[in-house]
Amino acid sequence: MKRIGEHFGGWIYALFALVTLCVFFACVCLGSVQIPLKDTLRVVCDALRTLPSAKAYALARSVIVPIRLPRVLCVALVGASLSLAGAAMQGLLKNPLADGSTLGVSSGASLGAVLAIALGITFPKLPFAGTMVMAVLFALLSLLIILGLSYRLDCSLSTNTIILIGVIFSMFATSVTSIVITFAGERLRSITFWTMGSLQGSSYRNAAVLAVTLAAAGTVLLSNARELNAFAIGEDNARQIGVNVRRVRLTVLVMVSCLVGVCVSIGGTIGFVGLVTPHMVRLIVGPNHKRLLPASLFSGAVFLMLADLAARTLLSPRELPLGVVTSIVGAVLFVAIYYRSRRR
Amino acid sequence: MLEVAHLTVRYGTIAAVDNCSFTVSDGQWLMIVGPNGAGKSTILNAIAQGVPYTGTIRFSGKDLKKTDAATRARSIGVLSQNHFVGYAFTVEEVVRLGRYARSSGLFSRRKTDDDAAVEDALERTGLLSLRRQSVLALSGGELQRVFLAQVFAQNPRYLLLDEPTNHLDPVYQKQIFALIEDWLKLPGRAAVSVVHDLSLAKAYGTQTLLLHRGRAVAYGDTQQVMRSENLNAVYGMDVTAWMKAMLAQWSDPG
Repeated sequence: MKRIGEHFGGWIYALFALVTLCVFFACVCLGSVQIPLKDTLRVVCDALRTLPSAKAYALARSVIVPIRLPRVLCVALVGASLSLAGAAMQGLLKNPLADGSTLGVSSGASLGAVLAIALGITFPKLPFAGTMVMAVLFALLSLLIILGLSYRLDCSLSTNTIILIGVIFSMFATSVTSIVITFAGERLRSITFWTMGSLQGSSYRNAAVLAVTLAAAGTVLLSNARELNAFAIGEDNARQIGVNVRRVRLTVLVMVSCLVGVCVSIGGTIGFVGLVTPHMVRLIVGPNHKRLLPASLFSGAVFLMLADLAARTLLSPRELPLGVVTSIVGAVLFVAIYYRSRRR
Repeated sequence: MLEVAHLTVRYGTIAAVDNCSFTVSDGQWLMIVGPNGAGKSTILNAIAQGVPYTGTIRFSGKDLKKTDAATRARSIGVLSQNHFVGYAFTVEEVVRLGRYARSSGLFSRRKTDDDAAVEDALERTGLLSLRRQSVLALSGGELQRVFLAQVFAQNPRYLLLDEPTNHLDPVYQKQIFALIEDWLKLPGRAAVSVVHDLSLAKAYGTQTLLLHRGRAVAYGDTQQVMRSENLNAVYGMDVTAWMKAMLAQWSDPG
């Protein structure tokens, strides 16, 4: 019998990359100013070779290079990061509803970022690193608190317990954030600016930070695909077949915190991406993390780019916040998944 | 050889297992029997390093507390009584995970060994035709065979079985015990199992440990331990008489 490998073949990766690139360029072309694909490609090529563009392309270049390209890049990277983080958490906790937003990790990360702004925590030479480091630390802290409480209540970490604790923690973190904002005084403006901050004014620097985080955390998570499979079957089973349960759990939680923390500090809380895409992907490629993780990565990027395109164009010239679009899609799907899992 | 010495496991102030000692050598099948709550499963859990304990548990002279997870998994495999798989993994994917401790590390993969072990495990347990099935679609007996195949693929020296045929019908009970008995014929193998069914324990066990409220009441050769006076004292009723009465129903010619 022909053996079907657990990994994707090279041509499937090529297909993923092709689809992602197509959506990417579509998103760069479309918007309040429509730019033909030919011009877009031309401008991007010029910019990559650091050449000046011909005069006919001046308008296109002024829209694409400083505004749209970094934004779409950031959107794609945030989508891929959140989706990968969601898929990893759903495997680790054996819980199809786990996600940064349902577990309260995003709210925790927001609290960290707001605290950083309110207390004026910055690093010399790296002004944006203060919020980022605090967001990552608070994301990890939130995960540890949520899981610690859940373990105490119910050793088997059932879906209901985790989600309940996540919701409670999320409310708690949001309240504390409000208290911090109340006392923020003259820093109020910059906090308000940050909490509203979508990926609208993204810069290449943000994209670079996201890319580095995704590359590092993604490599670690993908190399733990077998361990995540074992956790998805059951933590006891993982221990029995020889997985170093504590080490893997800690590694995955730290990586997820980095991904969620960096995404939140750059784009604010964008809910449900990590819930929607891995779920869709699992229906198609199955639960094996050797396929699920890479597929979630690409489809997360595609999903968020499309959501961002919808946010920009549906009510044009007005723009919807990106998190609103994903939350509407995600909330409906959350109910559908929960309903299905309860019926079983 | 598996040596358990002065094993004590506490849940809060209650000692679920209280100062138990026993050894299992190659070729033996130790049965742990006793009433509900006697601490049978807790002993297996402690050997698998799933609960904190005091006392020592050694395998081939090495303290299991100090061995890493992968080394331990190559020595000792575990088959639990219940399995709740949350996602639609295929039978083959679950069985293949049994190879984890044999092929972890990026460059030490011996893929052909893995393939052969998986094929062998699927064949032994009669799962070849179900290999592409989702485990969510299986019956309880089939699922138990999947995890037995996983532990066969893991190929440990000793096997810990926690009520391996609990709530399975007689066909599967017979099948699974026969599979384990065959596996034990390989050199250097041994098994420890917790069973409720005293007849199964008597039929298959070479050694028996009789527990009562966490303490070992009797331990040794199965036929010596499984005498009515021992059992009656522990279970608080005439167990053998009851089992005989149950069987007698079948011997009546009418």
